[in-house]
Amino acid sequence: MGLLKNIFGSPTAHAGVTQLPSGSITVDRAGQIVSSTVSSAYPVEVLQAVGKEVLALLHEAHVAQMPLAEVSIHFAVLRITARELRGGAIIFLFPQTALSPISN
Amino acid sequence: MEVRHKILVLDDDTDWLEMSRDILAQLPSKPEVRTASSGKRALAMLDAEPFRLLLCDLKMPRIDGLQVLAIVRRRFPELRTVVLSGLEDEEFRSRAYALGVDMFWLKTEMQANLQMYLECLESLLGREQEGGFRGLQSKGLMDIIQMECLARTSTVLRITRGSLVAKLWIQEGELTDAEAEGARGEKAFLRILTWKSGTFENLPAELNHERTIFKPVNALLLESAQAIDENDGASGDSDEAAQTHRRTVWKLSLLARVGAEFVVAVPPEGQGEHEAMGTEDQTAGQYAQWTRRATEIIKRMGDAVDGGPLLHLDASNVERRLLLVPWENKNFLVGWSPETSDGLFEKTKKLVASWDS
Repeated sequence: MGLLKNIFGSPTAHAGVTQLPSGSITVDRAGQIVSSTVSSAYPVEVLQAVGKEVLALLHEAHVAQMPLAEVSIHFAVLRITARELRGGAIIFLFPQTALSPISN
Repeated sequence: MEVRHKILVLDDDTDWLEMSRDILAQLPSKPEVRTASSGKRALAMLDAEPFRLLLCDLKMPRIDGLQVLAIVRRRFPELRTVVLSGLEDEEFRSRAYALGVDMFWLKTEMQANLQMYLECLESLLGREQEGGFRGLQSKGLMDIIQMECLARTSTVLRITRGSLVAKLWIQEGELTDAEAEGARGEKAFLRILTWKSGTFENLPAELNHERTIFKPVNALLLESAQAIDENDGASGDSDEAAQTHRRTVWKLSLLARVGAEFVVAVPPEGQGEHEAMGTEDQTAGQYAQWTRRATEIIKRMGDAVDGGPLLHLDASNVERRLLLVPWENKNFLVGWSPETSDGLFEKTKKLVASWDS
């Protein structure tokens, strides 16, 4: 069994590669995830990091006296759209891949 | 001893992988060809051993080609990448180039122009560069055109600079037509030569394309070089203020023409001051500060989710819409009225592409 696994298994375990997140999350003003429709297989800590960075982005806009109601960040393969929600934010994650429609 | 480069072919179609093996076996340098049928497997193979070139399909289940390329760009910056796709969509082509791929080929084009495809791959593998032949990377436009003409090839060179796209038709080493920014012929050619950076791509030759340029290419290159020299010479240090003034007027007129409210161009930290048009100094400073902070935050976010590089940010409030676009080594924040909606990203890209030209 072990021999076959060595021959036919993946060359190296690659835990870091996951599908792109798809769905929405809601974070409170402290950056804690309140609700999520993203697959549970996607690492929660990454979603939490996204939530905190989005809040930081909106906060910096307040500091610059240009408060933003909505922000869309278009990465090459992922679009993140966020709307401010009573100090927190609702964040939508749209993969922009060959399998999903690309929207601007 | 001659080095045998390794090529990794990634495609979810196993028949295509087999065919690719047969095709790549025709390469003169006889590279070692490995295959992967999933993005996860390909990334694991790239982690495990060094490859010179990745041939990547786009449409694949679970982790698709664009996502793989986004990861590859970050983890293996030295790896040459070629997209081979069946998707005839300009959006995917430009997204792939935004991810830094060396070449984009449609599978149908590749099969119809097999010899050219193999030459391009051989060039990317570096074997021909070692022998002093051509390579498309890090060459000026004049060099590329001269090399195509000296090689007496027939091709269409597609040149992209941001949202600007130009084409040069070359038939058996002679430049026959050019098209750029609504102009054609010699005028278009001279305009293209003023572009200082961009992406080049060889398209299949169009043998029946109408000829509009009859001068030898070297004469045109010489004329262009003289025109550029004269422009440079006419603006010495003595009239630097007048030149700055002209540039400011030109930028303001550009702003008015496209209908944007303001532009703030922000260089990287420690590489000079921001430049702003259409907004007060204090506000421009705040915008520049936010642009710097925002790009840092976005970079961290992009790395966390493996989303690839930032194409642009679109934000809005009741007063205006804002677009943040990275361009060359600067980040541009462009403000628009909230009523502006149609093609805002395209308009912004054109504006920033023209800003420093």
